[in-house]
Amino acid sequence: MKKSLDEKKKTARTAYFFISPFFILYAVFGLFPMLFSFYLAFFKWNGLSDMTFVGMENFNFIFSDPIFYEAIKNTFIIGLLGTAPQIIVGILLAFALNSTLIRFRNVFRTMIFLPYVTSIVAVAIIFGVIFSNQEAGFINYILSYFGIDSINWNIQNWPVKITISIMVFWRWVGYNTIIFLAGMQSIPNALYEAAKIDGATVWQQIRLITIPMLKPTITFVVFTATIGALQLFTEPLVFLGRNLRQEGITMVAYLWKDAFVFNAFGTASAAAIVLFFIIIIITGINILLTNRIDQTKKAR
Amino acid sequence: MSKSENHKTKTTIQKAVVYLFLTVGSLLSLFPFYWMFTMATRTNREINSFPPPFTPGADLVGNFQKVLDNMDFFGSMANSLFVSTSITVGVLFLCSLAGYSFAKLEFKGKKFLFSVILITMMIPPQLGLIPQYYIMTQLQWINTFQAVIVPGLINAFGIFWMRQYIQDAVPDELIEAAKIDGCSTFRIYWNIVAPTVLPAFATLGIIVFMQAWNDFLWPLTVLREPSMHTLQVALRTLNDARQMDYGMIMSGTFWATVPLIVIFLMFNKLFIQSLSEGAVKS
Repeated sequence: MKKSLDEKKKTARTAYFFISPFFILYAVFGLFPMLFSFYLAFFKWNGLSDMTFVGMENFNFIFSDPIFYEAIKNTFIIGLLGTAPQIIVGILLAFALNSTLIRFRNVFRTMIFLPYVTSIVAVAIIFGVIFSNQEAGFINYILSYFGIDSINWNIQNWPVKITISIMVFWRWVGYNTIIFLAGMQSIPNALYEAAKIDGATVWQQIRLITIPMLKPTITFVVFTATIGALQLFTEPLVFLGRNLRQEGITMVAYLWKDAFVFNAFGTASAAAIVLFFIIIIITGINILLTNRIDQTKKAR
Repeated sequence: MSKSENHKTKTTIQKAVVYLFLTVGSLLSLFPFYWMFTMATRTNREINSFPPPFTPGADLVGNFQKVLDNMDFFGSMANSLFVSTSITVGVLFLCSLAGYSFAKLEFKGKKFLFSVILITMMIPPQLGLIPQYYIMTQLQWINTFQAVIVPGLINAFGIFWMRQYIQDAVPDELIEAAKIDGCSTFRIYWNIVAPTVLPAFATLGIIVFMQAWNDFLWPLTVLREPSMHTLQVALRTLNDARQMDYGMIMSGTFWATVPLIVIFLMFNKLFIQSLSEGAVKS
């Protein structure tokens, strides 16, 4: 009896030991930095000299900085342009890949998935060349056929946003397609068969069977895509360079530039805090919306 | 008769639409790769001429030579390989240990601690970027690989993933039998659990390696010395050079992208399965 109790204690101790690395590492490199951000946001610090307390000054600074508002606006615009089409096209591609009519499914699937294997840096460099400002850049050359003058893709307001959105779209659409496809494969084929017998068109099948049955997957994709969009950084940095023009600067890029280009770690932390609350609000809205959709479904 | 024929043509049209859609999608997926390769084989003069060249040229080797002159390509590739491999091995070990504990061992606060791990998954790590950097300066880890590797070992998803797998794949009877034989908990992990979950190691390993290989923001922040740059950071430096030589830039990008693509094409089924399972499970 006593022995087994001892043994239990011993097992528990071993278990705590086994799980401790995560908690220790997270405390040091995850939780503490996050809390420390709140502290640092009230100090002036250039990364080298001593920190000086400045009260709300950092927040006053970023809230009176027009570029900060640009960064928020850009994050949302690029997030929407890059993400929303992805979900629609992803569902359609997955539906096509799931079709019983086709062969070479694996080949198509592999090709559509390929962009995801590429690093974001590589994607941004490649698209930077395809969308180069020169007359001989690929897109500008295509546009010249339609009599459209060369566009300065990484300078002009909308071209910058559109190019970055296309990068995001291209890299992630295949990944989301595969996730939608996995979700679709769990939908029983009998449902489609029954719908076909009832004479449902393909559109009706997508609208009335695929999308409702796919709701959990769609929720998951929307969640991850939103969080990803709010963290957008690499594409603008590589495409626009270190000075991160205001046409394409994002929130994370803003705080990175503050810290590592201007050595203003205090205002960068203040920006991180604002970003933190924006993420909480957006996640809250996301959760609320999904719950509401679930409830209306149940009410019916 | 005519009705079935009607049905047949309808199916044919549907088939054609599906094929067309998938073909266009695939071509749009592949085109940037093709363009990258084309540019990587052309001289800067050819690239800047109007119209631009649409087919590969003869400058493949010459462009790569220029890459080698401008960056330490193989050095940064070795750095990437070292960092990514270390992170992957470490994550597999730590996450399977923790996953085993959560799946099979009894201890107080198990449920609570596990939900803490799940919550950390929802918090973007970038929010602590500045203090993380500060910690690294205090530890004097700037320009060292451990600055990337040690925080890279934090992987909540990995623990979640290993727990799910171990719960289903390792029978309790086997563990009980080993206990009666006097095996220690770690011994059971090493001799029974780890060999049983090899498929989960493969899956998680792919996900973690790819993320580590492609990671950019954090290595950019802490690896400032060019000799310490990972491939992604070094590529950006190449792209930032004042003299824009597209042939050279595309060549560097091409050769940096090829290894992962080759590995992907070799194991594409496992890759796709891993990543979609990973997403669907969470």
